[in-house]
Amino acid sequence: MSEIMLSTHGVVMKFGGLTAVSDLNIEIAKNEIVGLIGPNGAGKTTAFNVITGMYNPTSGTVSYREKNITGYKPHSITELGIARTFQNIRLFKELTVLENVLVGCHIGIGTGIFGATLHLPAYRKKEAEARAFAMDLLSQVGLESVAREKATSLPYGKQRRLEIVRALAARPTTLLLDEPAAGMNPQESRELMDLIHRLRDEFDLTIFLIEHHMQVVMGVCDHMYVLDYGVTIAHGDPASIQKNQKVIEAYLGVE
Amino acid sequence: MKLTKNYRYSIVALVAFAIFLVLANSFFDAFTLRVLNLCAIYVILALSLNLLNGFTGLFSLGHSGFMAVGAYVCALLTMPPELKEMNYFLVPIVPFLKNLTLPFIPALLLGGLAAAFVGFLIGAPVLRLKDDYLAIATLGFSEIIRVLITNAQTITNGAQGLKGLPRFATTYAVWITAGLVTLFMALPLRSSYGRAMKAVRDDELAAEAMGVNVFKVKVTSFTVSSFIAGVGGALLGHMITTIDPKMFTFLLTFNILLIVVLGGTGSISGSVIAAIVVTILMEALRFLDEPMNFIFFRTEGLPGLRMVVFSLMLMIVVIFRQRGLMGGKEFSWDMLREAGAALARLGKKIRLPKGGRNV
Amino acid sequence: MTLALFLQHIANALSLGSLYALIAIGYTMVYGILRLINFAHGDVFMLGAYVAFYGTALLALPWWASLILAILCTSLFGIGLEKVAYRPLRDSPKISIMISAIGASYLIENLAVLLFGGRPKGVVVPELLGRVVAFGSVSIVVVSLVIPVFTFILLAILLWIVHKTKTGMAMRAVSTDVEAARLMAVDVNGIVSFTFGIGSLLAAFGGILWAFKYPQLNPLMGVLPGLKCFIAAVIGGIGSIGGAVLGGFLLGIIEILTVALLPTLSGYRDAFAFVLLIVVLLVKPTGLLGKRQAEKV
Repeated sequence: MSEIMLSTHGVVMKFGGLTAVSDLNIEIAKNEIVGLIGPNGAGKTTAFNVITGMYNPTSGTVSYREKNITGYKPHSITELGIARTFQNIRLFKELTVLENVLVGCHIGIGTGIFGATLHLPAYRKKEAEARAFAMDLLSQVGLESVAREKATSLPYGKQRRLEIVRALAARPTTLLLDEPAAGMNPQESRELMDLIHRLRDEFDLTIFLIEHHMQVVMGVCDHMYVLDYGVTIAHGDPASIQKNQKVIEAYLGVE
Repeated sequence: MKLTKNYRYSIVALVAFAIFLVLANSFFDAFTLRVLNLCAIYVILALSLNLLNGFTGLFSLGHSGFMAVGAYVCALLTMPPELKEMNYFLVPIVPFLKNLTLPFIPALLLGGLAAAFVGFLIGAPVLRLKDDYLAIATLGFSEIIRVLITNAQTITNGAQGLKGLPRFATTYAVWITAGLVTLFMALPLRSSYGRAMKAVRDDELAAEAMGVNVFKVKVTSFTVSSFIAGVGGALLGHMITTIDPKMFTFLLTFNILLIVVLGGTGSISGSVIAAIVVTILMEALRFLDEPMNFIFFRTEGLPGLRMVVFSLMLMIVVIFRQRGLMGGKEFSWDMLREAGAALARLGKKIRLPKGGRNV
Repeated sequence: MTLALFLQHIANALSLGSLYALIAIGYTMVYGILRLINFAHGDVFMLGAYVAFYGTALLALPWWASLILAILCTSLFGIGLEKVAYRPLRDSPKISIMISAIGASYLIENLAVLLFGGRPKGVVVPELLGRVVAFGSVSIVVVSLVIPVFTFILLAILLWIVHKTKTGMAMRAVSTDVEAARLMAVDVNGIVSFTFGIGSLLAAFGGILWAFKYPQLNPLMGVLPGLKCFIAAVIGGIGSIGGAVLGGFLLGIIEILTVALLPTLSGYRDAFAFVLLIVVLLVKPTGLLGKRQAEKV
C-alpha cells in the first residue's frame, strides 16, 4: 500500500457567512496524479490555500505523511515538502528567470544571513550547487536560454512553465498545480500533460492539480475529486467521473 | 576580459575618491567640508531607507524616529559629565547617565544597537500590517518617539536639546562608515538572502509559498535598517554638534525618501549618487530662499522656494520616471559607455539632417 | 473640577471633534475609492482657511462671500490635485502614489509659505460668532456651538447625497469594486473627481470654522490636524463615513478630556492620537466600523 502523502479530514472553510469549502476529505497516495475539478467558484483554490497554510481552516485537519500540519505557516509547509503554483501567475516581477527559480532554492541554501553576507566558502558552495540545479531545471523545460531575462518578459506559456520550475526548485515531494493549463492551446496542453508525467517520474513526485481543461484532467489524473459550491459531489477515476450524473449537472446545469 | 576592465575602473575610481577626500579634508574650508561630509551621512541614511523600501518593499515612514534614538543614545554616551551638567540646566540629568562616558566607536555602535532594538520592538507587531497602514503606523511611532524625547527632561533634556557635542564625525569617520554600510548592504543583497528579500518585495504570498519565512525577513530587514539609521543619526548629531527633538520630524524622513526615490528604489548606486547630488543641491539652492540680487532688481528672500523646487522634483520623478534615476539597476561602467555612444549617435544625427546614415 | 468647567470642556471637545470629523470624512472617502492616503488633505484644509482670509482681507468681501469663494476654490483645487498628482499613478504600485501624495503635501505647504508668508496671520472673526454666551455659570463662545451644528447639517447633506442620489450610489459602487463599477458604465474618473471635490469642500469648511475657533493662520496649520484626522478616520474605520465622524469625535473628546483631567500629560497631547492609532491598528485594523478587505490568492 502506497504511503498517503496528503490528506484532509473534514476541512471546512468559512468566510464570515460564506462556506467556501465544506467537509473536504481527500487522500493522495505517493506518485499519484490527482485532480480537483469543479465549476468556477467551487472552492478549489480555497482548498489549495487551506492545504498550503495560507488559510486556517474553520475546522478539520490537514495531514502530510501522517503528520498534522493544520495551522502551519506556508513556508514551513513548503519546507516539509509541499510546493505550489498559482492560478494567477505570481512570478517575482523584478527578478530574472534564474533568480525566480533560485528563490525556490532558498530553503536548500539556508546558511543564514551571516554566511550570506560574508560570502563564506560554505555559502558559496551551496549557492553554486543551487545555481547548477536551477539551470538544470530550466533546461528540462527549455527555458535555459532565457535564464538572464526578466521574468515578466517571457510569453504567457513560458511564464507558466517557469512557475512550475520554481516550485520544483523547492525540492518538494508533493506538487500542487493551480490551473497549469489555463490559457493554453491544444498543442501546449498536450506538452503540459507530457511534462506532468515526466515530472512525476523523474522527480518522484506526487501531484495534485486543479484544472478546467477536461482533456488534461482526464488524460493525466489517476483519480479526481469534484467540488461544487464547496461540497465534494463526486470522486473517482476519469471514466466514472465522466459518466457521473451529478458532475454533468454541476457543469452544465439541470434542464 | 571585460569584467577585469570594469573592475580596474572601479578600483581606480575608488582610489581617486579616497585621495580626493584626503585633499578635501586638508584644503576645503569648513563649510564646504561640512557639505561633503553631510553627503556621506545622507548616503548612509538613504541606503538604510532603501533597504527597507526598495529592497524589501516595506513602506516605512518612521525613519527619523530611529535616527533620533541613535543620535541621543550616542550623544549621551559621548558627552563628558561637565558638558552634561552645562546642558541640563533646567532639570539635572538622571544620575547614572551623568558619569557614563564612552569613546566614540562604542557609543556609535550602542546608538545603532539601541535604534535596532527599538526597531525590533516596533517591527514585530507593526510589520503584519499592509502598505499604507504600515506607513502611518511607523509614522505614528516616530512621532511618539519624538514626543517622548521632548518630555523626558531628565534623560534627554527635553526641548532644549543637547549642545556642544564632541566633534567625532570627522571626514574619515563618516566616509569610512558610508563605505562600510555600502559594502555590507551590497554583499547580502547579492546573496540568497537578498533574493529572498526582493522576492518578499515583489510578491509576498508567492515568496512565502516558496519557503521564505516572510515575517523573519521583514523583521530582519527592519532591524538592520533601524541600526543603520541610528548610526546615521548619531553621525549627523555629532557633525552638527547639536541635537534636539525638532530636528527629527517627518521632514527629515521626507528628505531621505526624496533621495531614495530620485536615485531609484532598489538601486544601491542610485541611492549613493542621489544622496550626494541632492545634498549638494540642497545647499546650493539655499540661495533661492535668500534675497536674490539680479542685475536690475532685487527680490526679497523667498523662503520655501527651495522646498517647492524639491517637492516638484520629487513629484515629477515619481509621476514620469517612477523608477528614479537608475531605474532600479545598478551603476556600471558599461552604462556610461552606452550613454556616451548614444550621445555620439545623437550628435551625428544632428549634423546630418538630410538622409543621415541609419544607425 | 466644577461642573461648569467640565461642561465647557465638553463643548470644546464637541467642536474640536466636529472639526476633526469634517476633515476625516475627506480622508475616508478618498481612501474608500482609491485606497490612497491623501497626505495633502490637511493642506487643502489650510488653503480653505487662507482663501477665506484673503477674500475678506484683500477683496473686502463680506465673510459669507469669502466662505463661498473659499469653498469653490478649494474644491476645484482638490479636483485639480487628483488629476495632476494621483490620476497618472493609478496603475502604479501603491508606494508611488503615496510618495506623490507626500510630495504634493510638502509642495503645497511650501508654496503657501512662499505666497502667504511664514508668519502667522490673525483672523478677524465675524462679530456674531465671537460673542460669548452664558448658560448659567458656563460661558461658551458662539462659534463652539455653531461648529457642531454646522457639521451635522453638512453631514446630513452628505449622507443624503451618498445614499439617496444616483451619484452617491455610483460612489459607493466605485468604493466597493472599481472594475465592476466601470463595467456598469459608471464614469469612474468623474466619480473620483466628485469625491475629491466634496472631500475638499468639507475640508474647506473645516478650515474656515477652525480659523474662527482658533483665529490664527499659518501655512503649516494643516499638518498636525491632517495627520490626526487621518488617524481618526482609521480608528473609526477607513472607508466608512460614519466611521470618520465617530473617529473624529472620539479623538476630539479624548484629546480635550485627557488634558483636562490629567494636566500633567498635556505635553504628550499630540502623542495620544498616535498611540490610539497604533492600538487600533494592532487590535482591529479595520477600525471600529470598518469591514475586512480580503485579498484573492
